[in-house]
Amino acid sequence: MTLLTVRSLTKVFPGTKALDGVDFDLRAGEIHALLGENGAGKSTLIKCLTGAYARDAGTVTLDGRPIAPRSTVEAQDLGIGTVYQEVNLLPNLTVAQNLLFGREPRRFGLIDSRALRRQAREVLTQYGLDLNVDRDLGSYSVAIQQIVAIARAVALSGKVLILDEPTASLDAREVGMVFEVVRGLRDRGLGIVFVSHFLDQVFALTDRITVLRNGRRIVTEDTAALDRMRLIEHMLGRALEDEVMHSPPPARGPRAPMLRFAGMGRRGAVEPFDLAVGQGEVVGLAGLLGSGRTETAETIFGLRPAQTGSAADENGPLRLASPRAAIAAGFGFAPEDRKTDGIVADLTLRENVVLGLQARRGWMRPIPRAEQNRLAEDYIKRLDIRTSGREKPVGELSGGNQQKVVLARWLAMNPRFLILDEPTRGIDVGAHAEILHLIHDLVERGMSLLVISSELDELIAVSDRVIVLRDRRHVAELTGAEISGETIMRAIAAAPAEGAA
Amino acid sequence: MNTRALPLYVTIAIFALAWVVCWLQFPAMASTRVIGNLLTDNAYLGIVAVGMTLVILSGGIDLSVGSVIAFSGVFIAVMLRDTGLHPLAVFALLLALTTAFGAAMGGLIHGLAMPAFIVTLAGMFLARGAAYLLSIDSVPIQHEFYKTLQGAYWLMPGKGRLTLIGVLMLAVFVLGMVVAHRTRFGASVYALGGGEATARLMGVRQGRTTVLVYAFSGLMAGLSGIVFSIYTGSGYSLATVGTELTAIACVVIGGTLLTGGAGYVIGTLVGVLTMGLIQTYIVFDGSLSSWWTKIVIGILLLAFILLQKGLVRLSQARMAA
Ligand SMILES: Nc1ncnc2c1ncn2[C@@H]1O[C@H](COP(=O)(O)OP(=O)(O)OP(=O)(O)O)[C@@H](O)[C@H]1O
Ligand SMILES: [Mg+2]
Repeated sequence: MTLLTVRSLTKVFPGTKALDGVDFDLRAGEIHALLGENGAGKSTLIKCLTGAYARDAGTVTLDGRPIAPRSTVEAQDLGIGTVYQEVNLLPNLTVAQNLLFGREPRRFGLIDSRALRRQAREVLTQYGLDLNVDRDLGSYSVAIQQIVAIARAVALSGKVLILDEPTASLDAREVGMVFEVVRGLRDRGLGIVFVSHFLDQVFALTDRITVLRNGRRIVTEDTAALDRMRLIEHMLGRALEDEVMHSPPPARGPRAPMLRFAGMGRRGAVEPFDLAVGQGEVVGLAGLLGSGRTETAETIFGLRPAQTGSAADENGPLRLASPRAAIAAGFGFAPEDRKTDGIVADLTLRENVVLGLQARRGWMRPIPRAEQNRLAEDYIKRLDIRTSGREKPVGELSGGNQQKVVLARWLAMNPRFLILDEPTRGIDVGAHAEILHLIHDLVERGMSLLVISSELDELIAVSDRVIVLRDRRHVAELTGAEISGETIMRAIAAAPAEGAA
Repeated sequence: MNTRALPLYVTIAIFALAWVVCWLQFPAMASTRVIGNLLTDNAYLGIVAVGMTLVILSGGIDLSVGSVIAFSGVFIAVMLRDTGLHPLAVFALLLALTTAFGAAMGGLIHGLAMPAFIVTLAGMFLARGAAYLLSIDSVPIQHEFYKTLQGAYWLMPGKGRLTLIGVLMLAVFVLGMVVAHRTRFGASVYALGGGEATARLMGVRQGRTTVLVYAFSGLMAGLSGIVFSIYTGSGYSLATVGTELTAIACVVIGGTLLTGGAGYVIGTLVGVLTMGLIQTYIVFDGSLSSWWTKIVIGILLLAFILLQKGLVRLSQARMAA
C-alpha cells in the first residue's frame, strides 16, 4: 500500500534547481533508502516533505489526501517524524525537554516535570540509554545526542519516519540498536525514509532504493535487485574505478622524525600518552566513540591543553597551550562537528576557504582577491565541491559539501601537521575516493597527518601506523603489515591487560 | 550538577556574602524596615526585569521598556485628571495598550526579520515621544484610590512595611517563574534562544512565540508603570530614562546569558536585590554624594560580574577535572 506519494516535486534556489520534477513513493511497512551524491537534493526533498521548505511545484499525498505542510509542526501533526541532517537538538535544553518538546505532559495546563522526567526515562530505556534526563543535552556526546534525536523523531512519527544520515556519528553497536528500532517500526507498518552514504548500511537495512542525481530521480528499485557497482553508477552517473582502496598504502620506509609528544595527557580527557609522528607519515587513531580519539587530537591542538607532558619538534620544545599556539607551530585540525567548530555559515565559500590562511597572515595583510579566487576555484575542483559558484554562502551548501569546505580551509593553510577528525563523514562514495587520493598526495609532498576515523577501511587505506585507543588510553600500536580490520578490532575489544585502575 | 545553574548559584552566594559584609558594617541592614524598603523601592524595576528576562532568554532584547514605564505614568495621570474613569479602568486600558505595543514590536521583529535591537530602539523613541505628547510637565495624581494603594501595607515584626507594590513584585516573579519554567510557551522561549533554525525544525511556532514574548514584556512594562506611578504619585515623561539598561543589568547579574537560551527567572530577582543592596549601602554610608552613586554602581557592577565570571570558570574547571 502506498503511504506517501510525491509527484513532480520541484524546488528552486537562487542559482540552483535543487529538485527537478522528482517522483517518490513510500509504502507502508518499508524502509526506503534515498541516495545520491553530495548536493543531489536528498535533504531538500526531505525538507519539502516536512514543511521546512515550501515547494515550488508538485504534489504530495499522504494516505491518499494531498498535504502541504507549511511548518514542521504541521508535518509532525500529520504523523511525520524527522531527524534532520544538520541539526541535532537544542543543547541548552535538558535531555527530557528535548525528547518531549511540544508534547510535554501537563497537569492543570502546566508542565508536569515529574511526569516529563519519567516519560523521558521510559523512552530512553528502549534505546538502552540510562542518562540523567535533567542534564543539558549539550553535555552529552554527539552520538548520544543523535540517539536522542532519533528517539524524539520515532515518538513523533505516527505514519512516516524520515532519517537524514542518522548514523553518521554512531559506532557499530549504536547503529545496530538504531536498526533494531527502525525494523520494529517497519513491522508496525510505518513508512521509513533512510538517507545514508554508508552503502553497507543501506544494503543491510533497506527494502527499496531511490537514487537522485542533480535534483532528478534516476531510478527506484528493490534493494535486492541492485548490486553495489550498479548502485554507485546510478549515483555518480559513471563507474568508479577504485571505490575504496582496500589495500594499505605502499610501505614508504622509515620516516625522518618530526614531532614527539611525551607523556601528554589531561585529566578527564585522555590518559598521558607518547606519540611520535614522522615527516610525511600518516598515523591513524582507532577506537570506539568516547575512547579518547577526539580528546587526543584536542589535547595536541591545544583545544584542551595538556596538563602533563611536553611536545617537541626537531628544533626544540613546542608550546601547545592554545589552538593559536598550535597553528603557529604549523598544526591544523579539521574537527568532526563542522556545524559548531568548522564553517561560518553566512560567509561565502571563498571566504571560508581563505579564513584560516588570512587569520594566520594577520588581518593587516589581506590576501589579494585574485589569489583568493584562485584558491577557492582550486579546491572546488580538487574536492569536487558542488556549488553554483564560489560566492555562495556556505550555509546554503549541502551537508557533505560543507564538510569539504572545512577540509579545504585547512588544506589551504598548508600545515606541516594536519589532524583530520572523521574527514569523510557525510561525504559520498565518489568524493570519498577523491579525498583518500588527496591524502596520499599530501603525504607525498611531506605533510604529516593524524587521521581519526570510525571506518576501519579508511584507516587501513591511509595509515602507516594505527594507534588503538580504549577507555581514554592508548593501548596498542600497529605498523605496516600488522594493520588489518581484524587486528584493529581485536585490539579495540581486548580485555584491559594490566587491569586499568 | 548541571553547569547551567552554576551562574545562578554563584550569584546567590555573592549576594549573600555582600549582604553579610554590609550587615557587619551596618547591623540595621538586616532589619525588616530595610528589607521592606528594598522591595518597595525596587518593585517597578523587578517587574519590568521579569519581562526582560523572558525577552533575553528568547535571544532578543527590549529597549523600549523605560520609555513605556514613563508613558504609562503620564497616561494614567492625564487620564485621571481629564476623565472621570476609575483608576482600575485606566489600568486595564493601559495594560491593553502596552501589551499591544509589545506585540506589534514582536510582530515587526518576526515579520520583517529585523534585529530586536533596532525595532525596540524605535519603540523606545516612540513611547517617549507619546509621553511628551500627553504632557511635558510632571502631572500629580490625586485620586482617592491612589491614596488607598499607597497606604496599603502589612506591618512586619520590627516595624518594617511590606507594601502592596512590594508584594506585587514578588507575585510577578512567581508568575514569571511559572511561565518560563512550567509552560510550553516558556519551553519555546528557551528553544528560540538556543538556536532559531533548530527550534523551527523542532516545531517551535517562531512567529507566535516572538510576538508573545514582546507582548509579555510590554505587559510587564505597563504593570511596572502602574507601580511606578503609585510609588511616585505622579506621571512624568522624563522619568525612568535608562531603566531598560538597569533591567538588562539585573538580568545579566542574575546569571542569564545575554545571548539567550540559558538562565533562571529567580536569578533576576537576586540581580534586582543586588542592585538594591548596592544603593542601600551607598545611602547608609552617607559619605558618597549622589553623583558618586552611579559611578560606584558601575564599578560594583563590573566587580560583581567579573567575580561571577571568575567563580563560574573556576568551578567549571574543578568540575571538568
Ligand atoms: N537554503 C538553500 N539555499 C540555496 N541553495 C540550497 C539551499 N539548501 C540546499 N541548496 C542547494 O540545493 C542542492 C541540494 O542540496 P541538498 O542539501 O538537498 O543535498 P543532499 O543530497 O542532501 O547532499 P548531502 O549528501 O551533502 O547532504 C545543493 O546544490 C545545495 O547547494
Ligand atoms: Mg543532505
